Amino acid sequence: MKTLFDKIWDAHVVSTVKDGPTQLYIDRHLCHEVTSPQAFDGLRKRGLQVFRPEQTTLTADHNIPTMNQDQPISDKISRFQVDTLAKNAREFGLTYYGLGNPKNGIVHVVGPENGYTQPGMTIVCGDSHTSTHGAFGAIAFGIGTSEVEMVLSSQCILQSRPKTMRINYDGELKNGVTAKDIALYTIWKMTTSGATGYFVEYAGEAIRSLSMEARMTLCNLSIEMGARGGLIAPDETTFNYVKGREFAPKGEKWDEAISYWKTLKTDEGATFDKEITFDVSDIQPMITYGTNPGMGMPINGTIPELEEIDEASKISFEKSLKYMGFNPGDKMEGKTIDYVFLGSCTNGRIEDFRAFANFVKGKKKAENVTAWLVPGSWQVRKQIEAEGLDKILEEAGFEIRQPGCSACLAMNDDKVPAGKYAVSTSNRNFEGRQGPGSRTILAGPLVAAASAITGKITNPF
Amino acid sequence: MEKFQTIISSCIPLPIENVDTDQIIPARFLKATTREGFGDNLFADWRYDKSGNPKSDFVLNDSTYSGQVLVAGKNFGSGSSREHAAWAIAGYGFKVVVSSFFADIFRNNALNNGILPVVVSDSFLSDLFTSINNNSKTTITVNLEEQFIQNNENGKKEFFEINSYKKECLLNGLDDIDFLLSNKAKIESYEKTRPFVY
Ligand code: SF4
Repeated sequence: MKTLFDKIWDAHVVSTVKDGPTQLYIDRHLCHEVTSPQAFDGLRKRGLQVFRPEQTTLTADHNIPTMNQDQPISDKISRFQVDTLAKNAREFGLTYYGLGNPKNGIVHVVGPENGYTQPGMTIVCGDSHTSTHGAFGAIAFGIGTSEVEMVLSSQCILQSRPKTMRINYDGELKNGVTAKDIALYTIWKMTTSGATGYFVEYAGEAIRSLSMEARMTLCNLSIEMGARGGLIAPDETTFNYVKGREFAPKGEKWDEAISYWKTLKTDEGATFDKEITFDVSDIQPMITYGTNPGMGMPINGTIPELEEIDEASKISFEKSLKYMGFNPGDKMEGKTIDYVFLGSCTNGRIEDFRAFANFVKGKKKAENVTAWLVPGSWQVRKQIEAEGLDKILEEAGFEIRQPGCSACLAMNDDKVPAGKYAVSTSNRNFEGRQGPGSRTILAGPLVAAASAITGKITNPF
Repeated sequence: MEKFQTIISSCIPLPIENVDTDQIIPARFLKATTREGFGDNLFADWRYDKSGNPKSDFVLNDSTYSGQVLVAGKNFGSGSSREHAAWAIAGYGFKVVVSSFFADIFRNNALNNGILPVVVSDSFLSDLFTSINNNSKTTITVNLEEQFIQNNENGKKEFFEINSYKKECLLNGLDDIDFLLSNKAKIESYEKTRPFVY
């Protein structure tokens, strides 16, 4: 009797080092401009080629502008980094979705939408939100640059086997509660280190009813509670999503794939190192008030009082509130905001844009709010246009930018100024994450939409 | 990689929990294409003000403290997978980071760059912070061979875990790629048995 995680892991073990890590085979490897150049340099220094070039795909996303992408990148150092990626792709014979390529976009949006991400696979990328791909029933996790070099040179990685955890979600979601809210609720309950050392399986009726994109949002945020990754057993929803996409198996191969994928679930009676259950009917729209994703609360709640915080955590808690300009006991609802960011690999897919557009339809953006709406990929942007969402958004006073990571990590010009408040659908509210001194309030697309309309933190329902 | 030898050093204390990799090295410094030079921007936003002048209240700018060991609060290195965080710590001159808890990816990245993350108990950590607070010249000994850390101020000693493979790598200055490359035949024979390739 095995868990889903065990089945996939065991099928990828090449060898086990005595008293050491497992040598794990990697099916798919995604690379972007920021965490790969030193790895390619490493190959050059050792005089190596990429071992399995057809199993690595490159895209530029972290360090690109979200306007005027048809022109050369104006920041010289950024341009050099993106050019270096293109050069490495050419030199090592790798597929590259560069600027101007219709398949360009955020690495974790591009993988699934092209059918590159499939159930049962091992997938890695030099980016911690690689956990996104776990939504398909894959073992997917973020790696460092030395590990990128390992995969390029050997298609393998050395990893200690994580412990397993299952989080069950019972009950029915309230209207207006999104996958982002489930994730922020879970991180709030688990804390940012509550799942460190574990690989998490999300299970239960509430998960089965989620769309593929919602599952991606949930798995995306696994890393924010410290987990190595998170995954969901594949089912009809998964198969329907993968079917027909460019890299998806076709014809006989498809039938073969489906019959294998159907075996990918945790056996009845298999045990986990840890098991937790939440009732999703308890979940409200969520926001964060502090400087890590675990500092969350229901949107209608209040910031904890100092007495409620552990002695050891008090210094960090006070530092965090000081940075945010909030006080213990404050109500968050109704606080004035300056920026709204819809996008990132967490909430930059078509369903997020539909939800946002649907909410703001016929309303007007608040004067005091600067809104950045950044699709996760060019395919998402095309879809936005095909559905006429861009018109709805424009009428409400919003404009759609060009795809990229953008204000999720603010490596480009999309920086929230010091002291300003941003309601952001991204994944991290760390100090300075959206620009030096920026103050981030994480939320789902509906809270972002409602807040963009009123200019204040607003409950969408 | 340099071989890891026993270290006896004073410490730099950072008693803050959940120090994430965006604080260790903010994203705007990730544009470089080499591993060098990150040490200057280690903890940049805590260390320098807007005009780039050192902030006197940050520990790296306080000459009372020095050493090759960073002692940090619980859950050090959470967040992004950026190995730049490990390069910044190594670039600044740290060889060891002591905490009661490390985020997974950071721990791997540190080890892959010859930095030893030492996990100690909460009580050892708070006792060490107290020692450093009372005497900024407090030294600790970190012996990888025998897997112990000692607070030389009061002689308190604790053993730490590390898997024997990684221990050998650090002691001998070897990296994982050397190991994987020597293992190519196994990889090729695994590929023939892959359960599914579509
Ligand atoms: S959108 Fe943000 S989290 Fe996602 S890949 Fe880009 S930088 Fe990383």
